[in-house]
Amino acid sequence: MKAAVLVFPGSNCDRDMAEALRAAGADVRMVWHKDADIGDVDLVAVPGGFSFGDYLRCGAIAAQSPVCAALRAHVERGGYALGVCNGFQVLTETGLLPGALMRNGGLTFVCKSTPLRVATTDSAFTEGYAAGETIALPVAHHDGNYFADADTLAMLADQDRIAFTYADNFNGSRNDIAGILSENRRVLGMMPHPERAVDAATGSTQGMALFRGLVRQLADA
Amino acid sequence: MLAKVYVTLKNGVLDPQGEAIRHALGSLGFDGVNGVRQGKVIELDLADGTTEAQITDMCERLLANTVIESYRIEIA
Repeated sequence: MKAAVLVFPGSNCDRDMAEALRAAGADVRMVWHKDADIGDVDLVAVPGGFSFGDYLRCGAIAAQSPVCAALRAHVERGGYALGVCNGFQVLTETGLLPGALMRNGGLTFVCKSTPLRVATTDSAFTEGYAAGETIALPVAHHDGNYFADADTLAMLADQDRIAFTYADNFNGSRNDIAGILSENRRVLGMMPHPERAVDAATGSTQGMALFRGLVRQLADA
Repeated sequence: MLAKVYVTLKNGVLDPQGEAIRHALGSLGFDGVNGVRQGKVIELDLADGTTEAQITDMCERLLANTVIESYRIEIA
C-alpha cells in the first residue's frame, strides 16, 4: 500500500503519521504543500499541527495550497484520505467532509487521552475495531468542536458516517462527534490522534488497528 | 480602493468566545449585556475597478467559512 503524507509549514504530526503508516506496512512518501503532484498513491494522509499558523481559520490557508488541489483530485478518483486533527480541519475547509471545527466549548487547549466509542466498523479505517468498542486515544487541540447544521447531522447519522464519538464530550462537539466519513466511506477526518497511539513505549497501541486495517484493505484492493 | 469584510458567526451558531466576553463584562459590573458575538474585520486594499462580485467570491472561497460564518462587505 502506497501512502503520501502532506507537509505544510506548521505541520507537526507528519513524521508521527509516516511512522505509524510504515509500522503498519505502508510505503510512505512525504509531499510538500507546493507540490501539485501527489503521485500514484492509495492513501493521502493530512497530518496534525498548525498549518500556516492557524491564520484566518484552522486549515483555511492549507486548503488553498497546490497539494490540496491534488488531494481533491485523488479523492474524486475514489482515493482514500485520512485527516487527523489539523488534517480534519483541512478536509472540512476543502469541502471534502461536511461541517466545521470551531473553538472548543471550554475555550481551552485540551491535551490528554480521551475515551472514544467506535461508532461504525463499516470502513477500511474502523473495520479493525469491534462495533461499540471503547478505545482511548490522545487529543491535543484548541479547535475541535465539531459543528454542522441539523440536516447534515441527520444525514451523517442516517448514512452511518459517524466513525468515532467522544464518550466524554469535552469540547462541545455536536452529537459527540470525534470523526466522520465521506459518503463513499473512503475519507476519514478525526480530531483524536491514532498515530500517537501505536507504540507501547508512549502509552498506548490502540490507534494501530486503524493503520493495520487500512493497509490490509488497500493492499488487497 | 478599500473594502472591509466583516465576518461573524451565523445566528444559531454558539460563540464560546463571545460568551466568555459577556461573562467578563458581567464580572466588571456591566449589567444588561444580553449577548456578545465576536467576529473579525478584514481590510482589503484593492485595485480600482474590483467589483463587489469579485469581493463576494473572495468571501465565499476563503475569507468566510459559510458553514458557520456570515459576512458583510463594506466598500469605502
